[in-house]
Amino acid sequence: MTPLTWPCPLRDGTTTDEYALSFDHARARRLLIVPALFDEANRLRRLTVEVMRRLDGAGIDSVLPDLPGTNESLQPLEIQEPQDWSNAMAAAASHFGATHVLGIRGGCLFTPAGFAALHYAPAKAPGILRQMLRARTLAAREAGREETREGLMHLALTQGIELVGHRLGPEFVRRFETFALRTDAVEITQETLGGSGLWLRAEPGESASQADALAAAIARALA
Amino acid sequence: MSDDTDLLLRRILTDVLGLKQNQASDFTEETGLFGHLPELDSMAVAGLLTELEDRLDIVIDDDEIDGEMLETYGGLLAFAKAKREQA
Repeated sequence: MTPLTWPCPLRDGTTTDEYALSFDHARARRLLIVPALFDEANRLRRLTVEVMRRLDGAGIDSVLPDLPGTNESLQPLEIQEPQDWSNAMAAAASHFGATHVLGIRGGCLFTPAGFAALHYAPAKAPGILRQMLRARTLAAREAGREETREGLMHLALTQGIELVGHRLGPEFVRRFETFALRTDAVEITQETLGGSGLWLRAEPGESASQADALAAAIARALA
Repeated sequence: MSDDTDLLLRRILTDVLGLKQNQASDFTEETGLFGHLPELDSMAVAGLLTELEDRLDIVIDDDEIDGEMLETYGGLLAFAKAKREQA
């Protein structure tokens, strides 16, 4: 496993270096993985990397780039818009010469067009936003403050909002709400893996059998 | 409709808390949840409520969520049963 950087496009036409993990031996089958989003990124990172190890063993190269503004990225999250993430993933896929792309949960929203796509347990944008807003109202209530979803959405769309530690700008929220999954991807369901999704876990967990099953499903799809 | 709410709720808690199979069968009405289990933070509870909605086919409004329903297993079970009867 090797950390490396790739040129991520910026809106002014220049690029900045972003970070990625890779297993790259210049093999014929090359998979770009778009990670899960926000909280789920942490809970699924271990599974994601374990799947990459297994793909490496099966003769498949893979690369896991950071979405700009997340993980090791030095860009501020609050200036990002969904289209920036789509552009970034498309640039990363081209840079690495990907033959296929895999989205994990909310990452499926950003699998670049023009590459054959697999979607593992895709999550829809409104559901992701709703759950983060709900977490915030629960935390506020626990702290003795009353916040409503309507009030928070108004705040989010006018000034941006901090949701479970992620500072999202108003344009991100506005556009993300209606951001749709592409419909031509091959879906890998949680039933294929067996057991319950690790994104549900309150604490990041791991499962060797789920990593085995997901890697096997990917290898079949890429065969 | 036979009432499998109890069983489904234990399964959801098993998934969210990463419990071993059957560990959730030890939960009683008084077993403490939000505020008692450190791993059940607000994001985990939000996820739990979303799973409840999906698997029990109910919709939970934010203003229905209060401390009492989340405090104990019995409180959450009573809430989920009542929601399913309305549905």
